Amino acid sequence: MATLNSNIPSGPLAEKWEHHKFYTKLINPANKRKYKIIVVGAGLAGASASATLAELGYEVHNFVFHDSPRRAHSVAAQGGINAAKNYQNDGDSVHRLFYDTIKGGDFRAREANVHRLAEVSVNIIDQCAAQGVPFAREYGGLLDNRSFGGAQVSRTFYARGQTGQQLLLGAYSALNRNIANGGVKSYTHAEMLDLVVVDGHAKGIIVRNLQTGEITRHNGDAVVLATGGYGNVYNLSTYARGANVTASWRAYKRGACFGNPCYTQIHPTCIPVSGDYQSKLTLMSESLRNDGRVWVPKRKEDCKKAPQDIAEGDRDYYLERMYSAFGNLAPRDIASRAAKTVCDEGRGVGETGLGVYLDFSAAIQRLGEGKVRERYGNLFAMYQEITNENAYQTPMRIYPAVHYTMGGLWVDYNLMSNVPGLFVLGEANFSDHGANRLGASALMQGLSDGYFVLPATISGYLAGQNPGKRPTTDNGSFKEAEENVQTMTKRLLGNKGKRTPDSFHKELGKLMWEHCGMARNEASLQKGIKAIGALREAYWKEVNVLGESNDWNQSLERAGRIADFIELGELMCRDALMREESCGGHFREEYQYTPDDPETKQGLVNPGDVKRRDDQFAFVAGWEYAGAPDKAPILNKEPLVYEEVKMSTRSYK
Amino acid sequence: MKVTLKVWRQKNRNTPGSFKTYESPELNENMSFLEMLDVVNEALANRGEEPIAFDHDCREGICGTCSLVIDGKPHGPHKGIATCQTYMRSFKDGDEIVVEPFRAKAFPLIKDLVCDRKAFDRIQHAGGFITVRTGAAPDANSIPVPKENADLAMDAAQCIGCGACVAACKNASAMLFVSAKISHLGLMPQGQPERYKRAKAMVDQMDAEGFGACTVTGSCEAVCPKEISLDFIARMNRDYGVALLKGDPKAIKGGGAG
Repeated sequence: MATLNSNIPSGPLAEKWEHHKFYTKLINPANKRKYKIIVVGAGLAGASASATLAELGYEVHNFVFHDSPRRAHSVAAQGGINAAKNYQNDGDSVHRLFYDTIKGGDFRAREANVHRLAEVSVNIIDQCAAQGVPFAREYGGLLDNRSFGGAQVSRTFYARGQTGQQLLLGAYSALNRNIANGGVKSYTHAEMLDLVVVDGHAKGIIVRNLQTGEITRHNGDAVVLATGGYGNVYNLSTYARGANVTASWRAYKRGACFGNPCYTQIHPTCIPVSGDYQSKLTLMSESLRNDGRVWVPKRKEDCKKAPQDIAEGDRDYYLERMYSAFGNLAPRDIASRAAKTVCDEGRGVGETGLGVYLDFSAAIQRLGEGKVRERYGNLFAMYQEITNENAYQTPMRIYPAVHYTMGGLWVDYNLMSNVPGLFVLGEANFSDHGANRLGASALMQGLSDGYFVLPATISGYLAGQNPGKRPTTDNGSFKEAEENVQTMTKRLLGNKGKRTPDSFHKELGKLMWEHCGMARNEASLQKGIKAIGALREAYWKEVNVLGESNDWNQSLERAGRIADFIELGELMCRDALMREESCGGHFREEYQYTPDDPETKQGLVNPGDVKRRDDQFAFVAGWEYAGAPDKAPILNKEPLVYEEVKMSTRSYK
Repeated sequence: MKVTLKVWRQKNRNTPGSFKTYESPELNENMSFLEMLDVVNEALANRGEEPIAFDHDCREGICGTCSLVIDGKPHGPHKGIATCQTYMRSFKDGDEIVVEPFRAKAFPLIKDLVCDRKAFDRIQHAGGFITVRTGAAPDANSIPVPKENADLAMDAAQCIGCGACVAACKNASAMLFVSAKISHLGLMPQGQPERYKRAKAMVDQMDAEGFGACTVTGSCEAVCPKEISLDFIARMNRDYGVALLKGDPKAIKGGGAG
């Protein structure tokens, strides 16, 4: 059994981080350069961590599978980044951001981590502005804000609809500066395929050069994974096609626990699926819900009518009806499930019936088309490219799609996994969003982890390590790990089956969406586990990977990643089955509020809202690999202790 | 619908390449161009032929990974969008479509339709940043930025680094890309201290990478998926000129304070 010690510092919540920084061991400037740190990934978390660690004086080696660090999928985040600046004087504070995030996560996040995130949020905005990030401004030259789902204050900073891109370019520029001055060595087209653990500590990685196929060993005093989320397990998602779980999964197989894998965010505002050939789903920023109104026809028979022909009185603005306080700005999990509910009732719109309207006509009447264009022009243009429809004239059609994974490798307060020396940042870890992430919080967490948290906590581990005795790459563990990678490559290329890797990915995606999607239940999850287990076995019998190992080979890259996704899918179903409660994005049909519950009668929740079971499930699930893919993984629990906030019914009414 | 593809196939940099013709399976006009290539690749793989290598990632026009010259035009027939946002409804049943990689000396070919654009990274290593240490930043509202400057900087900062400007240019010039980067930072007050030094360093690196000169034909602007304006090139040239007039900063003798 693994030990999951959260290492949360003692003391009052608001003082924990300050105290912890003071009591964490430091490394003197002359010694820092002797330590070598491996960072995998260069999205917001990886690039900011690499740059900051190099500024501190550590020797940093950064690895990305992309051709350039600037292409990490953080680049695609549209809406914005939260910070408790209270520039709007609307009552925001560190405590309010903390509370909103804890509540948004349905009381399944770690209090101390979330408070730290809220504290650090203000420094992030300062840092990014100083790097020249062109945030949206008011006419007086000061920073503009907007509101986002799950909050009643305007605390979201943004750069048109391209906030992720601009923040990433900021972190990338900091990375570039440190590459230029020798602080960071950058490896591109370099995919991590195994973690090397020596005497129980993470001391290196095995990497494949995607251009030449060459496999190399890299040692370090610590390994940092900032390799993103795993939503592509569903095949169709808003993730980039290349996004994958491989680095995290290979670390899991080396002993790192996987935290809350079933916590998946299904984003309410995406363009609906149009056909079987589809490779990805496109998100329409949640910021659209500031001015767009979500509705479906009240009557089934109106669904095939043109939206303009449906009278105002025949429309059901269901979010405004069900959640009057938050209305169209209800959190993502609630808005997604509500869309599913109305579509399941047969009131969905569009060809497939799996869609709801997001209507801007009221906003255009109120503000004028020019103002709406200024706020969302690029999103409307993107919508038109994909659907061939003009959303200024007709409502957008949207439907929920997989967008983010709150689960990830388990980490303690220092962002270190249960494998000493292995740190995990950003979406790749499980820590800050509980069972549901609020909008504009992912960018905040990625940069918080990379710029401010890891650089302060890693010295606590490194101080106990002797860089002079760092295991060399001749060490037996490196040899074993490299052989492990070579064996898998040979097995994939030598397996002369009949099916392409992508055909398995599609099949996996359908199984996951059906059994472990927006609504889950025991029988269906049991079926899912069986079907995915069978798919895993079929994969290794029937997959056919063309091409060679010593060459640019996209089929081979994908084949390895899909093998990992299949195993992960099974684990997600097991986690969802174990968690006999509903919370945030995890909805078990067996656990929902009914009209007879007191909370429903008091008007706190609607029938059908998620029902937590705090007495039994207020814990983080840390799954431990049992040594073989067909062996049931071991469940470890980290109890969630709330010192400051009372776990209560999450109400957005 | 169905189309005929004439695709550039090349095993690697050292092996000569050639066009190969493929008939697509039945397509749907709502497919993206890259989804069409996925479908063609699945068909190739199912008959044991190696799929066509092409670069792609986000498939929503923001990461800059996808490339392709489609019927002679980088990023295909439409203005202001990347290949990944091009849909098959832009083509007709029975069309023959020619697909090539971005071709430029500074973008060496890796395989088939994939080329190496690391030269862009190296240009940014030379100076594409504002020197600020983590933790050393003043309050974000302590430096107001006039809205029009912030908006113009954002226009430049939208560049996705795809390299279509280079692929479109008869001289394979990278001036539009480099000018977008220089203008973004040069327009922000935070970027002023290093403004001219930055312009000179980045332009020098651009030349060292083997990109060609600019003759202001505007083909770059015409294909840019983010419609970055040629005006930024004028801005860059001015900053570069000022940098030359200013010369290098005086070397400081001694070890500085402390």
